[in-house]
Amino acid sequence: MYSFSYHRPASVAEAANLIANAADGKLVAGGQTLLPTMKHRLASPSDVIDLGAIAELGGIVVNGNIVTIGAMTPHAEVAASGEVQEAIPALAALAGNIGDPAVRNRGTIGGSIANNDPAADYPAAVIALGATVRTNRREIAGGDFFTGMFETALEEDEIIVAVDFPRPEAAAYMKFENPASRYAIVGVFIARTAGGARAAVTGATDCAHRAYRMEEALAKDFSPAALADFQAPVDRMNADIHASAEYRAHLVRVMAQRAVAACA
Amino acid sequence: MREQGIGASVRRKEDQRFLLGKGRYTDDINVAGQTHAYFLRSPHAHAVIEGIDTSAAAAAPGVVAVLTGDDLAADGIGPLICGVTVTSDDGEPHRAPAHPALAQGKVNHVGDHVAIVIAETLTQAQDAAELVDVKYRPLPAVSSTGDAAGEGQQQIHDVAPNNVCFNWPFGDKAANDEAFASAHKISSIELTNNRMVTNPMEPRAALGEYNSGTEEITLHMTTQNPHVHRLVLAAFNQLAPEHKLRVVGPDVGGGFGAKIFVYAEELVVGWACRKINRPVKWTGDRSEAFMADAHGRDHVSRAEMALDENGGFLAMRVHTTANLGAYLSTFSTMVPSYLYAFLLAGQYATPLIYSEVKAVFTNTAPVDASRGAGRPEATYLLERLVDVCAADMGLDPAEIRRRNFIPKDAFPYQTPVVQCYDSGDYEAALDQAMELADYAGFAARAEEARSRGKLRGIGFSSYVEACGIAPSAAVGQLGGGVGLWESAQVRFNPTGNVQVFTGTHSHGQGHETTFAQLVCDQLGVPFENIEVIHGDTARTQFGMGTYGSRSLAVGGVAIAKACDKLIAKGRKIAAHAMEAAEGDIEFADGNYTVAGTDKSMNIAEVAFTAYVPHNYPEGVEPGFDENAFFDPMNFSFPAGTHICEVEVDPDTGEVEIADYTAVDDFGRLVNPMIVEGQVHGGIVHGIGQALLEGCRYDSDGQLVTASFMDYAMPRADNAPDFRIGYAPTDPPHNPLGVKGCGEAGAIGAPPAVINAIANAIGARHVEMPATPETVWRACQSAA
Repeated sequence: MYSFSYHRPASVAEAANLIANAADGKLVAGGQTLLPTMKHRLASPSDVIDLGAIAELGGIVVNGNIVTIGAMTPHAEVAASGEVQEAIPALAALAGNIGDPAVRNRGTIGGSIANNDPAADYPAAVIALGATVRTNRREIAGGDFFTGMFETALEEDEIIVAVDFPRPEAAAYMKFENPASRYAIVGVFIARTAGGARAAVTGATDCAHRAYRMEEALAKDFSPAALADFQAPVDRMNADIHASAEYRAHLVRVMAQRAVAACA
Repeated sequence: MREQGIGASVRRKEDQRFLLGKGRYTDDINVAGQTHAYFLRSPHAHAVIEGIDTSAAAAAPGVVAVLTGDDLAADGIGPLICGVTVTSDDGEPHRAPAHPALAQGKVNHVGDHVAIVIAETLTQAQDAAELVDVKYRPLPAVSSTGDAAGEGQQQIHDVAPNNVCFNWPFGDKAANDEAFASAHKISSIELTNNRMVTNPMEPRAALGEYNSGTEEITLHMTTQNPHVHRLVLAAFNQLAPEHKLRVVGPDVGGGFGAKIFVYAEELVVGWACRKINRPVKWTGDRSEAFMADAHGRDHVSRAEMALDENGGFLAMRVHTTANLGAYLSTFSTMVPSYLYAFLLAGQYATPLIYSEVKAVFTNTAPVDASRGAGRPEATYLLERLVDVCAADMGLDPAEIRRRNFIPKDAFPYQTPVVQCYDSGDYEAALDQAMELADYAGFAARAEEARSRGKLRGIGFSSYVEACGIAPSAAVGQLGGGVGLWESAQVRFNPTGNVQVFTGTHSHGQGHETTFAQLVCDQLGVPFENIEVIHGDTARTQFGMGTYGSRSLAVGGVAIAKACDKLIAKGRKIAAHAMEAAEGDIEFADGNYTVAGTDKSMNIAEVAFTAYVPHNYPEGVEPGFDENAFFDPMNFSFPAGTHICEVEVDPDTGEVEIADYTAVDDFGRLVNPMIVEGQVHGGIVHGIGQALLEGCRYDSDGQLVTASFMDYAMPRADNAPDFRIGYAPTDPPHNPLGVKGCGEAGAIGAPPAVINAIANAIGARHVEMPATPETVWRACQSAA
């Protein structure tokens, strides 16, 4: 690890000020990606601004049909939250199956979506549930937030404050996990909402995305059978030592069908 | 049976310190004036080094020294050695390229050691390492085992044409060919045995200290065999004379073979601490373990079996290409030869076996022994082939095994491949395993699984291994450079407690408990009064260390022999003290008794008398302290049958181990709880190889699976509860009646798992690791 200046601000405003004035600053939430990267000397930020002491970034609040999860809420807390389990059980289950216990106790929803790993789980939920990402400056629609591999709509020094998830009628997330990292080789999040069926896919391509063709099929018939002929485009699939493009495309359908079945 | 003697599941003594975080591992040890070392490693798989400029690094803050291969050579520090000779088919010894501990002019694998940077802090050393200017001229790399010796391949070492280390045929080819020519049927299989990174929990580490007053080097390090390390470092690497070198293996967090070998880092640290006259600490990180620990397995094989009309095995022939990596690690040549081909008979009375092993060099990390070492490769090949034979003959896999087993009344049984099995009852283990696994109920379970959309399969693996390594004469005949006896010293202190010094080394096996049980049982001394000491060449007598499931079968016997000597000496002392004839003294349960009387003396009193010999028999030396060496007359041959049941999800190819049964013959169990732990760990190791672990290099020789993000180790949720049984037979050559248990699971499990998957999906073969995609594709082609 290269040396860096460490900051632990007490407010979002202070954090924003620090990141704006740092030569090459990095915000650190749970640090589950940044710290290993720094340890391997693959990142050398001048300043690391730890968001861990900012009380306003924590907590889970359910208000009517909106579940608000503070950006610094660790996965384990979301998984264990009775309110999330009641309102959006699929979201609690998703959080409870990220990585391993150590990752779940440190990693946060804000850190996960800001990093936007192509195989992360939360982006699929944010897109499929039509969540809103609230920052210190604005609100960003979940569907507009993830813009490319490790790329988001966030400005350089913009800080996620919370994510608002509208409660769906039913939802399910099916992940086919990498046996080593336990990231998603393919993950499909399906939600049945008042506005119709919504679907998002993670792990399969360079960035989590909404699956419109899947939604069209489900709009006509919200059943696993409706996806029997669904074919994800092989040429857009990721391919690595863990799964070929062809296999990933196959898994998109299988996971989608299972998620639809689980919504029943 | 004493409460804490042989056969009792005594809780492990060592766990008190491990569970309280009081273990003392090499990295826990810090000494005054200590410096920190960082190894600069090659990013290239294969390259010529045209120059190394260390000047900027040497001038960086905190840097004490930057040393390269030239410095090492100038000080006469020898290259790393391979200790076992295999004679190639041209009558010449295997090709042994130079293996400098720091590169000299060339690097041959990613992670190859180029320089050591020593600084006041590790960060300073790492920072300075980035300033070392190494001019590399990359060369094409060889990374494929199967293609390494092929036409037109890049040459790695001048001394090894076509990248071949040795070609080693074994067996009577003519007789074998004849049997094949007249066979009723020939079954064959081609498979790879996947390369594994051994990955003990604690990475390798070393702390070197030089005392200029005594001219002694003390090297704390992660070792399974401190005396072997000292011997090789002194005799072959010229690090220091043996009596001026102390090697200490303190608590060591797992080895599984990877800490047997003499590596570059530990040697260089030992040399550097004298050169700079300050302590030098190096602790490898996980990335270094992936790149620079010796790996395991990595075979490509074809095997054929000649069968008679009843499914009887007439002859077997095997062609194997074994990848030894870029250099020869300490015992590498032995693994795909003597530890492999000599186990190819397995549990079967196959009269003729012919094998050809071609060992090749590639631009990958060296490959050497890893839990099982050669025996898992032999067992996997044979047990997969047996299942293919069963399928070809339309026989039940249990039945074809039964028909070909060496019968229990045939022991000792001379196999056609050197080994003479001393004892065994293979059918008893198979029967018990089938009973425990409810083989009869399998069809119903498969039917029920089908109703859930799952394909359920069952697989057998009947293995035998050669442990209790090893009779020294046999080792010598095979070209080994050492004797493989073991030593012990059992010392009573005047107050009656006992220190047991063993030449073996415990790095997770629980020797401090098991060996104390042996002594407790034999001498009748309370368990808590016995301390087992190992791992320090300054405290213990020369010993050969721990590997090859040898510690109890060889080291334990040495301890028992030392105890015998104490008992015999004590008899004289007790007879004198109780004014009786020596022949009238009986020893039992810690007490010397005059036969037929109530006169008795505890062994602790006898020990005290030996140290305070005021009233003492004439001609008997004072003191109560005996040593013993034991050289086994034969290997031991643990064996057993494992049965695995899997459920395959045909939509995804995911495999769940639904049930697992292991019935093993380890001879007598000293601590059944520890044995069961070894069985569990071994099976999970084997499940890891079968389903998850696959070390991969790309065609440029880059290590693709270089971290736990890409290299999948087995976890608790990859394994079911196990059904464990024992079918012991008594090994006539072993005075304790023990055979060894540390490697069995890793040997037995892979074929059981793969046979179960093949059975589930109706495929002839599925390669390891049977990842979901591999199995899904096999399902597609089987369908």
